[in-house]
This record gives sequence, structure tokens and C-alpha cells, in this order.
Amino acid sequence: MARILIPTPLRQFADKLDTVELPGKTAGDVLTALTARFPDLKKHLYNDEGKLRSFVNVYLNDEDIRYTGKDATPVADSDTLSIVPSIAGGSIAGGKSV
Amino acid sequence: MPEVGMEGQLKLKKASVLLVGAGGLGAPLGLYLAAAGVGRIGMVEFDVVDFTNLQRQVIHGTKDVGRKKLDSAFETMSDINPFVKLERHETALSSENAMEIFKDYDIVVDGTDNFPTRYLVNDACVLLNKPNVYGSIFRFEGQATVFAYEGGPCYRCLYPEPPPPGLVPSCAEGGVLGILPGIIGLIQATETVKLILGIGETLVGRLLLYDALGMKFRELKLRKNPECPVCGDRRTVTKLIDYVEFCGVPHREAPPEPVAASGDIDPVEVKAKLDRGDKFTLIDVREPHEFQICRIPGSTLIPLGDLQKRLGELDPESEIVAHCKSGARSGKAVDFLKQQGYKKVRNMKGGILAWSDKVDPTVPKY
Repeated sequence: MARILIPTPLRQFADKLDTVELPGKTAGDVLTALTARFPDLKKHLYNDEGKLRSFVNVYLNDEDIRYTGKDATPVADSDTLSIVPSIAGGSIAGGKSV
Repeated sequence: MPEVGMEGQLKLKKASVLLVGAGGLGAPLGLYLAAAGVGRIGMVEFDVVDFTNLQRQVIHGTKDVGRKKLDSAFETMSDINPFVKLERHETALSSENAMEIFKDYDIVVDGTDNFPTRYLVNDACVLLNKPNVYGSIFRFEGQATVFAYEGGPCYRCLYPEPPPPGLVPSCAEGGVLGILPGIIGLIQATETVKLILGIGETLVGRLLLYDALGMKFRELKLRKNPECPVCGDRRTVTKLIDYVEFCGVPHREAPPEPVAASGDIDPVEVKAKLDRGDKFTLIDVREPHEFQICRIPGSTLIPLGDLQKRLGELDPESEIVAHCKSGARSGKAVDFLKQQGYKKVRNMKGGILAWSDKVDPTVPKY
């Protein structure tokens, strides 16, 4: 089983877990298993067309999966997938500092 | 230090750095870049010091509460190093002024706190060919890198699309470890000095991730996206756009007229309803740790994340007023409830902060 790291802003949709072990031979498999287990995560990770939203990046170890085959990226048991969302470190958009 | 020497110090003296923001990240940046002897430092900031800033914005102190952040920051920086030329940009950065402000500086450091400005800073830097020393924080985690430098990626290569407004709470709403922007700001300061001196290996093409709780640093590879609309091979963005719209935030309009039973409700009116004994439900959508700090008597805590699960507790026919800390999360709650068919839901404008200002000053702000 591969590990997938859940970033802080999304933990509220994943029973507050920071790491989950899931089965899968490809990145797509693991992400599908993740959203099957935590359906609330799905709409935050995927748009209506079923594509990964582009304010969220997924890394296999230290490589962005957009450049290693996207969902088809092969995943081994020793691998770690990381979900890395954009954080702005301050107000939500529209806060007083815009 | 032999790696710097007189030659390096003169490079610092000749260099010009623009700090966008004098808050959590801007504070350590201002302090240390002044200390390092950067010759000219500009700062873009229009905000005023609030005492809730002091937990992390260490360039300001209690005596500065109520003062302009620029005045407070510059006073401290010139005390540290009177030879630094400090330049004020007391304005909100916008598509109208960014290019003009940025063009006179060698390096831009992004210490802002919201997505529209981050995209604006990025695009302006790419268009003007200036490195963008980026840092961002959330709770106990931080990110840092250098964008738009020597063929490296830009912010849009990494994140072509911003998150929907309200998904990622602000430091004000979600809280942040005060020390965290200190560390990330200092990483940005280090990168800035390295860029000026031309030494070491910068974070170009590398995303540094810092996890304060685990005390771990990790690094991810950042690639330039050949399809990037701003810095890619077939650019479509050749001038600055409306970033507020890009980030899906409704433009701020004039304060709405009071409207009965729909839209916002002022805290003073909520107090009047409570005093009269009106039949309605006041829900507080903040987190339990916030409820511990302060609450409005008569409110029921239903954290925003639990709202869907606890809909059964709310009668769709009843009048409901939702509040949070400043009115943002409760706005989301109201939208959600309306989508679920609740007809009489309103958002308490300004949240418990406004309640403290207008109704009961004994309620602590945080």
C-alpha cells in the first residue's frame, strides 16, 4: 500500500487524518481509493469533469505527477504521494489586504 | 565572510528589493534585509497595526497599535540600519499600479496574504522579468521558492488556478503559529540575499515545504510548464488582468441597504432580536477552540465543517442567523443552507468581531 499525505486545509474532509495508506498501482488508483473512502474530498480535489483541480498538485515522492504520466504514474508500495494545495498564508481572497 | 567580502556588501548596497506586505512575512524580511544592508527597500502596505497582529508581526509593537504599518515598520528598520533608503508605497497593489511600482526594483518578495495579489505579483514579475521570492504559510506549514528567475517556473506553472474563495481560511480566521511566518520570511530573506550576491543554490525550481509540528523540511521539484499562459511557449497573458475576478471573489460593492429576511443582518439588529425574544436560531459556525475564547449568549455552535451532518438540528421553516468570526465563513454557511432549501437564513455582518465593536466591547477579539 502506498502512503498519501493529506495537507492541512483538506484534513477536515478526511476525518482529520494527515496520512492514509491506500492500495493502488497508479496515482489514479490511489486517488480514486482516497475519494472513495472520503467522498467529501472529491469535490475539493476534482472539478465537475472529473479532472484534478489545478490549485492542487499531486507529487509522487518529489516529482509532480503532471510530468510523470498524471493518473497513469506507476506507484510502488514504498512510494509517498503528496497532495500539495496552494496556500496564500493570509486572508481568503477578498480579505482586506487586496 | 570570504564568500561575501567588500564586493558582496557593495552588491547589497546597490540592490533594491520590494517587499509586498508588511505583515507576518514582511516583518522578518524588513528586519533582516535592513540589517543586511540592502541599499534600497520599498514596502507596499496600506494596513494599520492591530493588536491581533502582534502575535506574529514582530516588526510592530504594542505602542504601534493604530499606526500605519509602513510608519511602524520603517521606524524599526531605520533604527536597525539608518543607511537603508526606505521607499513607501502606501497603497493596495492592483493591476493599475503594479507594473509601475515593480519596475524600479531588482527583486520582488511576495509577503502577501491572499490569492488575487499572489497571482498579480507573479504575473507582473514575469512580465517585467523580475525574480519573485515567494513564501506562504498556513497554520503550522509553510512553502517557499523563487519564481520567475533564469528560466525557472512561475507561480502559475505550479498552480494555474486559485482555490475557490473560502476553501482555505485566512490566518485571521484559521489561525497560524506566530513563529511560522518568522521562519518562512527568513528563508525568503536568505534567498533574496543569495540572489543579490549571486552565491549558493537558490530555490529556483524547488518548492521547500516546512512542517513545523513534525519539524521536517521537504523539497519537491518544480517544473516550468510549457503550457503556462504567462511564462510558457505560447503565452496568452501579456498584461495584468482582473485578479479578484480570476479568483472568483465577488467585487466589493457599497454596503447593502438593510433588507428584511434575506441577505445580511447587522449585529445590532441581532441583539435587538435576542432582547425582544424573537423566535429565531442563532448559529455560530466557528471552531470549538474559538467558541472557548468568546461566544454570543444564546448561540448554538455548529462548526462549518459539521453543518451538513447536523442539518437535522435546524428547522427549514425557522428563521436562522449564522455568524462566525468576521462574516466570511458564515456567508458560506448561509449559501449552503439556502441551497438546501432553507428560506429564512441571514448572515451576521462582520461576525463576532463586529459584535464586539458595536454591541458588547467586553467580548474579546482574537
